[in-house]
Amino acid sequence: MAEAAIELIGINKSFGPVHANRDINLEVARGTIHGIVGENGAGKSTLMSILYGFYQADSGEIKVNGKPASIKTSNDAIAAGIGMVHQHFMLVDNFTVLENVILGAESNALLNSSIAKARSELVRLEREYGLQVNPDALIEELPVGLQQRVEILKALYRGAEILILDEPTGVLTPAEADHLFRILKQLKEQGKTVVLITHKLREIMAITDTVSVMRQGTMVATRETARTTVEELAELMVGRRVLLRVDKGEAKPGAVKLSVKNLVVRDSRGVTMVDDVSFDVRAGEIVGIAGVAGNGQSELLEAISGIRNAVSGSATLDGKPIDLTGAADPGELRERGLAHVPEDRHHVGLVLAFEENENSILGYHDDPRYLKGPLLNIDAILADAKDKIEKYDIRPSNPRLKTANFSGGNQQKIVLAREIEQDPGVLIVGQPTRGVDVGAIEFIHKRLIAMRDAGKAVLLVSVELDEIRSLSDRILVMFAGRIVGERGPEAGEGELGLLMAGVERKEAAE
Amino acid sequence: MSVPYAKLPAWADYGLIPLVNLAVAFIVAGLVVLLVGENPFRAAVILVEGAFGRGQGIAYTLFYATTFIFSGLSVAVAFHCGLFNIGGEGQGYIAGLGIAIVCLSLDSVLPWYLLFPIAIAAAALFGALWALIPAWLQARRGSHIVITTIMFNFIAASIMVYMLVDVIKPIGAMAPQTRNFLDGAQLPKLNWLIELFGFAKIRSAPFNISFILALVMAWLVWLLVWRTKLGYEMRTYGFSPKAARYAGISETRIILVTMMISGALSGMMALNPTMGDQHNVALDFVSGAGFVGIAVALMGRSHPVGIVLASILFGMLYQGGAELSFEMPNISRDMIVIIQGLVILFAGALEHMFRPAIQALFASLSPKSVGMAQAGKGA
Repeated sequence: MAEAAIELIGINKSFGPVHANRDINLEVARGTIHGIVGENGAGKSTLMSILYGFYQADSGEIKVNGKPASIKTSNDAIAAGIGMVHQHFMLVDNFTVLENVILGAESNALLNSSIAKARSELVRLEREYGLQVNPDALIEELPVGLQQRVEILKALYRGAEILILDEPTGVLTPAEADHLFRILKQLKEQGKTVVLITHKLREIMAITDTVSVMRQGTMVATRETARTTVEELAELMVGRRVLLRVDKGEAKPGAVKLSVKNLVVRDSRGVTMVDDVSFDVRAGEIVGIAGVAGNGQSELLEAISGIRNAVSGSATLDGKPIDLTGAADPGELRERGLAHVPEDRHHVGLVLAFEENENSILGYHDDPRYLKGPLLNIDAILADAKDKIEKYDIRPSNPRLKTANFSGGNQQKIVLAREIEQDPGVLIVGQPTRGVDVGAIEFIHKRLIAMRDAGKAVLLVSVELDEIRSLSDRILVMFAGRIVGERGPEAGEGELGLLMAGVERKEAAE
Repeated sequence: MSVPYAKLPAWADYGLIPLVNLAVAFIVAGLVVLLVGENPFRAAVILVEGAFGRGQGIAYTLFYATTFIFSGLSVAVAFHCGLFNIGGEGQGYIAGLGIAIVCLSLDSVLPWYLLFPIAIAAAALFGALWALIPAWLQARRGSHIVITTIMFNFIAASIMVYMLVDVIKPIGAMAPQTRNFLDGAQLPKLNWLIELFGFAKIRSAPFNISFILALVMAWLVWLLVWRTKLGYEMRTYGFSPKAARYAGISETRIILVTMMISGALSGMMALNPTMGDQHNVALDFVSGAGFVGIAVALMGRSHPVGIVLASILFGMLYQGGAELSFEMPNISRDMIVIIQGLVILFAGALEHMFRPAIQALFASLSPKSVGMAQAGKGA
């Protein structure tokens, strides 16, 4: 057995009464890829933050290469040879790759020598690990996959022997993810150690040597990847059997409920994000919009729900026109039976500082059921909230609790309960399971299927290709603001992945 | 990256933490008193006795508090909608113009109980309209409300100088103020209320009926913010403008309405010093009460009950401070301003300084009392 690169012994960390990490023991062998899986809130990120010096453990010991290490800041971690690639990149957008790489690692007050040194170093790293990237390119002009490569370069430039990647594939296309995995394998061959945090079990199976599973702050199991299965890992994560495939019957599409024609939407900078998009959603079907994040899906959802004004285009709801270029506002669309589960539940779908019951009427606060003259009918609101809590198994079951204190999955259930229980004709849903634990994902998927089977029109936008494929009756692929293809649910991942990367379109143009 | 902390029980959140902050403010103020060579304990006794020791003192304390309640509520209402109304000073000042118009034209005709409602309406209207312009500029033009409301304070001051010096000053008078109001525009005193508690006869204190109006307004603000649809919309916008847009709440409408309510409350603050005390509208009669409202709202955590309590505290500092500078010649009026500043510093700006320590204390003493908290999924 290879020597351990990292050893964590008896790590404990509490935030107030919440025990985020409880007696964690972990050993990562040198020169391996070690996966850590677990639901949101299981304590993965906390554990890695302790290792990288963002938090201090309440008790426990960290050993790096067999020697006890005291890691109090991220500088200590870097000195110990630990590098971290964050889920959200820590890059300066208007700096070049080189400038980002030396940021914080400048050797003296004048930059010339640092830059020259970094340039030759980058060339070496490129040769050794296949990490090609133009050192003089501006970060904002690079695609996400390359930005991530810069993050990895940053860590390697600082001499990292141990690389921690936190949910690295969330923003990548399948092809970009494959490329990342090839890089990681190369790093491993060169003797580096990689710790991969993810909730995608397929990635774990594809690339790791060993995998550790966390649940509710404890480390429940460590397995050799070759000797475990996706089903076992899922069960370990949740603590019970989980249905990974969604059972659904044949769709019975009816009349067109929502129709969008030639929609053009620009973002606040004036960049065209949705470019001449047209589609229909019929009663009794789920239409999925696949695509890599940032290809106009968010703007499309915002335009259809009335949050953002479209530049041009037309749309109908139940056959009657809606003016998405100006007059339609979210309140009016809601009254006409269009419900919206927004992508960003923290800032848009919910007010986290509100009590749960206050959020359960957000957007429907004009409904006479919740009012008593000019006053809110608190009793009715509470009763209604309790009702939804029961129906959707929202935990903790206290409508007076601040929404911020609910877990991601339960927050999403609060939004879903609110929108679905209004019995809308059309439901548009953005990233319904982002940051949601496995158990709640199953529940949310069942609810969406139930909406479809009840004859509602569902428009689903998700960057999770698996989710799109298992839920949708028709799949539209969005790339650079356009719909570049329509496929059935049986379409292969590779085929959709190519469309998402815009490959077909480029070939057609050439 | 946010470090999740345990939640405190409400009594600690609204009671203990302000008290600790206040105690620290007074300890530091005590050091300053020591520095100028006076005994801080004697100073504290004089301050408190001056404010609460005699009926006269209590009446003055509550008189000052009345004005602060209005201006504190004004700041709080705007704050719940995410707007920082710094313009209470100007809104109150301009409201003095409305009061002057009503009082000067009607004080010989109507008794106070008929004139008072009209004056309230006029003060609220003038204050609301003065807040409407910055609100409109914010909602439609994106001009920041902090900047515009501050500038409107200066504009209000200039207008009032012009009005008082050139327009409504009685001919031949030297002082830049209106003529004295007749009986019809003089609010009845409430000093008898304090005498009921067994204090000696209060000879001359301006504690008047507008205190009752302030308490009623505090209750109405509570009702508005937490019990009405409008308040719900205000809070939604205040916490998250994006969520408000999503919920179909018109940004323009909510900003305009909130700022007008805020301005109206600031306007009502002008009733107390004019109709209640001086019985005229004089130059600079607001004298900073609009700004004290910001501190009061901060300290009162934008809750009407907290605002009433914080207003009484600031009333105490005003009244007790006046006594203090009289009794201790070394302590000038400026020293009182320092003490007030320290209270604002610790209770407002550094409000969260002791919170982590107190939270950790609670979490270790009784984990149950802090209830549910966010799971550690930061980073």
